[in-house]
Amino acid sequence: MAQVFGPWANTVAKLSIVLGVFFVAAALATLDTIHRSSYVRLTGVARPQPVAFSHKHHANMGIDCRYCHTTVEEEAFANIPPTSVCMTCHTMVWADSPALEPVIESYETGEPIKWKRVHDLPDHVYFDHSAHVNKGIGCATCHGRVDEMPLVWKEQPLFMKWCLECHREPEQFIRPREEVFNMAYESPKDQHELGEHLVEEYEVKTHNHRLMDCWICHR
Amino acid sequence: MMRRACIRSFRLEGRASARPGHAEACPSSPFGDLHGPLQQVAKTGWVKLARSGVAIFVVLCALLTTTGCDLRQKMWDQPSYRTYQESEFFEDGSSARPLVEGTVARGFLREDDHYYRGKVDGEFAKELPEQIEVTRELLMRGKERYNIYCSVCHDPAGYGNGMVVQRGFAEPESFHIDRLRGMPDGYYYSVITDGFGRMPGYAYQIRPSDRWAIVAYIRTLQLSQYATLDDVPETVRDDL
Repeated sequence: MAQVFGPWANTVAKLSIVLGVFFVAAALATLDTIHRSSYVRLTGVARPQPVAFSHKHHANMGIDCRYCHTTVEEEAFANIPPTSVCMTCHTMVWADSPALEPVIESYETGEPIKWKRVHDLPDHVYFDHSAHVNKGIGCATCHGRVDEMPLVWKEQPLFMKWCLECHREPEQFIRPREEVFNMAYESPKDQHELGEHLVEEYEVKTHNHRLMDCWICHR
Repeated sequence: MMRRACIRSFRLEGRASARPGHAEACPSSPFGDLHGPLQQVAKTGWVKLARSGVAIFVVLCALLTTTGCDLRQKMWDQPSYRTYQESEFFEDGSSARPLVEGTVARGFLREDDHYYRGKVDGEFAKELPEQIEVTRELLMRGKERYNIYCSVCHDPAGYGNGMVVQRGFAEPESFHIDRLRGMPDGYYYSVITDGFGRMPGYAYQIRPSDRWAIVAYIRTLQLSQYATLDDVPETVRDDL
């Protein structure tokens, strides 16, 4: 039988190694890009919910975030309101709307509505809403303009890198406590100056700058 | 195992060709009759490298096709329950367990009728409970809480023309009518807690200390609507 591999095979073999390295790098880069893309992360994609609840509509009526998300200032988890809170108004307002049928059914039977989760941090990440809200981090900083979202979508992919940007330099993002729930707040021109002052006043970086410690989030 | 043994022996042969005829013992090997040229390549050690390179590439491709949840590790979705997480263990499918009826959490006995129900000897308390001290902070807290929870119907000034009322909810009475101005503090606390007419109770949303802060703020609103110029300190009258 004739030789299958001639002397050219040596060149091919060597070349394939160079190309192989290139392919591995390309595959890694592609994988990383896909992994971080909004396609996988679902950022900017409104999540369909069992009830077509519009944050935009309710927030524009002047209802504060805390009217429904009552625990956000005191607890790690910002609660979803029980249907009894919906029924505070909807016993009379839009009471006959078919869109409200699942809410009324839930109210009458006690069966919770199964909302689809929009923001889901990995279980190895500890996050405390109250700590952020009380130290001057606005809702919109992470959640975006929820008051302009009919159905809520994820504004940020919540990468660790992104969390660390603020943990490293909270001066860039901090705002006065009374502006935390103001969705339309825009940071002033002297943000850095104001930021430094607020970081000092709210004791954000005391105790040797613990914000950058691993255990702050991974506990 | 068989395959691995073949590959191993193939390598050995490539290096020293010390065991002629061994390849025939591995009928599954496609390289069975290619000792010559491959031997040379193997001498350089490239085959090993190339082979692992191909293996890595195949693994990466496999990962690529399964991007998403498969990249997650087990630490991502731990078996312990998170808030609102579904459970297959409990019949109602919820990991959150309802309290057994009559449960009193530590520190929540709430024996103080005045503070927790706004009543003294069965009557509405005429004054704020002793735990509540009227300060500027209390009023500011009351204002904040009022604007979150009450103003949607009662409007920011307390006349009862809030946004939700404008959208069709029953119009509440103004806080500035004589009947309500004459009501004791405990009455307001009780209505916030248990509701009144079409208004449901807000015990779930507003904790007792904040309810009293709101009562104090409603009193402030009532004063403000009947204030005269004499009530304004002389030093700030020019600002009006």
